[in-house]
Amino acid sequence: MLLLGRGRRRPRLDERPRIVPAGAPDPGAEWLVLALLLGAALCAAGFIVVYAFHELAHQTQYLGLALGLSFAFVAAACVVVGRRLVVSEELEEDYPLPGHPQTQEELEQLVQESGSRFTRKRLLLSGAGAAGTAIGAALVVPALALGPFLDTGGLYETPWRRGVRLVDESGRPLLLDEIAAHTFYTAFPQGAGHEQFGAPLVVVRFAPSQLHLPAPRRGWAPGGVVAYSKICTHAGCAIALFRKPTFPAIEPGPALICPCHYSTFDPTSGGRVLFGPAGRPLPQLPLYVDPGGGLRAAGNFSGPVGPSWSGVRSRPPRNPA
Amino acid sequence: MIRRAVRFLDERSGAAPLLQKSLRYVFPDHWSFLLGEVALYSFIVLVGTGIYLTLFFEPSTATTYYTGTYLPLRGHEMSIAYRSAVDLSFKVRAGLLMRQTHHWAADVFVASIVLHMLRIFFTGAFRKPRDLTYYLGLTMLILALLEGYLGYSLVDDLLSGMGLAIGYSVLLSIPVLGPRLALLVWGGPFPGRPEFWSRLYVAHVFLLPVLIGSLLAGHLLLVAARHHTQFGERRRMTEKKVVGLPTFPAQAPRSLGLMFAVAAVLLLLGGLVQINPIWLWGPYHVYQGTNGAQPDWYLGWLIGALRLVPSFDLTIGHYTLIPNAFWGGALFPLLVFLILYASPSLERRLTGEYGFHHLLDRPRDAPWRTALGAALFTWVFIIFFAGSADRVFVSFGVSYQAQIWAYRALVWVLPVVALLVTRRWCLALQELERLDRIRRAAEAEARGRLQLE
Amino acid sequence: MIRLATLAAVALVLPGAAAAQPGVGVQAKTGPALYAAYCLSCHGIAGSGISSRSHPSGALGLRGLGPPLRGVGALAADFYLSTGYMPLQSPYDEPLHTASSFDRAQIAALVAYVASFGHGPAIPKPHPERGSVSLGLALFTDHCAGCHQVAAEGGYVTNAVAPPLHKASPVQIAEAVRVGPYLMPSFPESQISNAQLDSIIAYVETMKHPDDRGGWSIGRIGPVPEGLVSWLIGTASLLGCCLVIGRRYAR
Repeated sequence: MLLLGRGRRRPRLDERPRIVPAGAPDPGAEWLVLALLLGAALCAAGFIVVYAFHELAHQTQYLGLALGLSFAFVAAACVVVGRRLVVSEELEEDYPLPGHPQTQEELEQLVQESGSRFTRKRLLLSGAGAAGTAIGAALVVPALALGPFLDTGGLYETPWRRGVRLVDESGRPLLLDEIAAHTFYTAFPQGAGHEQFGAPLVVVRFAPSQLHLPAPRRGWAPGGVVAYSKICTHAGCAIALFRKPTFPAIEPGPALICPCHYSTFDPTSGGRVLFGPAGRPLPQLPLYVDPGGGLRAAGNFSGPVGPSWSGVRSRPPRNPA
Repeated sequence: MIRRAVRFLDERSGAAPLLQKSLRYVFPDHWSFLLGEVALYSFIVLVGTGIYLTLFFEPSTATTYYTGTYLPLRGHEMSIAYRSAVDLSFKVRAGLLMRQTHHWAADVFVASIVLHMLRIFFTGAFRKPRDLTYYLGLTMLILALLEGYLGYSLVDDLLSGMGLAIGYSVLLSIPVLGPRLALLVWGGPFPGRPEFWSRLYVAHVFLLPVLIGSLLAGHLLLVAARHHTQFGERRRMTEKKVVGLPTFPAQAPRSLGLMFAVAAVLLLLGGLVQINPIWLWGPYHVYQGTNGAQPDWYLGWLIGALRLVPSFDLTIGHYTLIPNAFWGGALFPLLVFLILYASPSLERRLTGEYGFHHLLDRPRDAPWRTALGAALFTWVFIIFFAGSADRVFVSFGVSYQAQIWAYRALVWVLPVVALLVTRRWCLALQELERLDRIRRAAEAEARGRLQLE
Repeated sequence: MIRLATLAAVALVLPGAAAAQPGVGVQAKTGPALYAAYCLSCHGIAGSGISSRSHPSGALGLRGLGPPLRGVGALAADFYLSTGYMPLQSPYDEPLHTASSFDRAQIAALVAYVASFGHGPAIPKPHPERGSVSLGLALFTDHCAGCHQVAAEGGYVTNAVAPPLHKASPVQIAEAVRVGPYLMPSFPESQISNAQLDSIIAYVETMKHPDDRGGWSIGRIGPVPEGLVSWLIGTASLLGCCLVIGRRYAR
């Protein structure tokens, strides 16, 4: 509209009929908006001043307060403008038509007529489908390099095998005589990395009479020392809680607990689930004592370690080749 | 001045008519129509603060030792990722403000999406022609949940490491395909290859934000193309005509005001209220854990579900088909989103209503939809509360086991109660209105008769 | 909102005082007299313990159950009494950190009396000022954080609460590590040396006034209170903004 006025002179803006309805001025609101904008400017300047300090106690708080208030002032100014300084005219508009039936038909016709020279449509379409599928698959295949897709054997691997020594976090061997009852120890396989599900153990000691392990595991706990995988079989968190009754007559029995979803395992009976969501017992590691009194693994765990997957019970854990 | 600017633009793009149309685009009037805008502005704050954070964060799991000013961490072995996150909180001026604002913005972003979604659901705004808009919105909600999870996982503190272990376990638990997918994503058994951190990072700072941004653009275009819905409060508001304020001048200052208000609230929270103090949690190691590890609120419904499911894996003979973590961690959210996605077509099927709808229902006008929605969201909320049962025990002493067993029952009982109560309530409100109309009609008639006499 | 309301409702339903303690104004002064009045019914004569219900009940016809106290020493007695863990109203209650109903002199007398039952460890003298806070964090994460939460804010153990450690004094922490009260493990010196213990205590002391550089700490337990603030302050105030901005027509 503004562009038409080359040849013919258009009336000046204030002579033309209004598009936006007129309203009475509101000087009070204008002053308010001005004050709010000045407040915003002041706070923003405050932010810069606070930022300039090298070391200032509660600097984050002052920075947040300054910038936050500055924005709050601008927000308030906008709201005042919206409510008191611009006209809140009510307009009506038609909802768009549900669709364009004629154009839809024409589109359909267009596509169909364009293909009228093809006589073997089905065959060509299946050819295109084959090419599309194959190219799609070819483009996806490189994603297999992301990780071992076909071989899930890595999930069964742990660094434990017969003879591997139990050491603490700093690499010191765990000796049977130094293991006390009523507490828990975290142990790792000597010479293997700590940051893998298969490595960490939780080690606890009981009086042999307190233990009631399944029959095949009778020799797994020399001196009443039992070792379990420290990784919960539910969702992979570390079993960082050991519950030990001070007065067993009336207090709950000993338990190993995961702090994520509170799966609770019984260390005296081979890692049975007492409470919580875990669906599989905690894998136990068989132990023996070497001539030097050190604790060593007598084999691999009673089951695969870590959170469970389809087929987790199908194979025993193994060592990396 | 204005004329010259408009002329410049129009002569080069021919956009003047389009501009005029969009400036006079009509916004119907209701406060609840602004919830989506809150989400939009939170997203803008997220992008702004997020870009600032990427300038300092180093996404690497390579080992380093902390030598900064925070005493309890000095000498600790940690990943470069975690150290750079601590450094950007302590060393970079305004870094902590940006990190905290970013995190609060994420929490508020998802909260406002959820509120927006509830508004859409209970007013029937998802009906044709806006079902596609609704599907895009739901997809953005899923992406936002994932984006938030990746964001706090990236820091590599103790809590985020535990969260990643749980995420890995849930992916691993998907029947048959799970172990392969988990190994693919992590590059091997947990904690995965070092490249996993690059994958996490590119997903959080590029793939998902771009995806959310594109869907957002599509969402807004569809809204504009089909126009806003409205409550038929007044006679002029019909299925044919929309009534409201034009974008310019009336709506623009209001929307801008809301945008600055969102930024203000998020910055004030970011400056004054501490969120995720990663320096307190310490670095993550596979063999360490802390009590009460929780995800951010928007994944609370998943931890609730993971904790509520009783101990069992689905096994056939000696073959484990479905491990426990699948029920709460994967099946539950899949079901909830499936129901939400299916709602528009399910409603069409059940009511036989295939027409177009521009006028919104008040919740009472559609008792079945409102009641079924109330049941669904009650179900999700109960499970959400169950996720914080441990903190309730620590703070208020209500036995955790008792709570878990109570929740296991309530999860099935309360949705049914909500369904029945909500339906009765809707019908009662309708009845009240009907009586009110009759009374007013009778009064008007009496007044008319009085005048005649 | 709903979440807070639930918490409030839960709080109201709870019985006011969890553990009823003997009334204020305990009269007895000497160790044996205090023991007879408050400990004997459960711990038996001279700390011999009462280990089963069928056992003839304690002196004065009182029924109780309690572990023997011979050899626990001044260390354990001082811990249980100074924290208000003992005396318990019922042996089935979980002991909680409360203000002790005994005064210092009475605790000292009782501790001396219990220590006289048999040889046991004395009250420890920790030196947190010699410890290293950063070593403390590492040790605390390894041994304590699973139950007490990494910032010592307390947590849940199946069947019990692991208390927050803000009220615990250095001596009480040193005692608790060795005693292992209630369901807590007891860590011997061979596992956590006294020097390491000093570091742990130094860390717990630091966590009483941690570096809350981010502002209002809201409990330092992570996402649960953060979610409450997101909804009740963040989202609620923005809802308020929507209401103010969205109310348009002059009616």
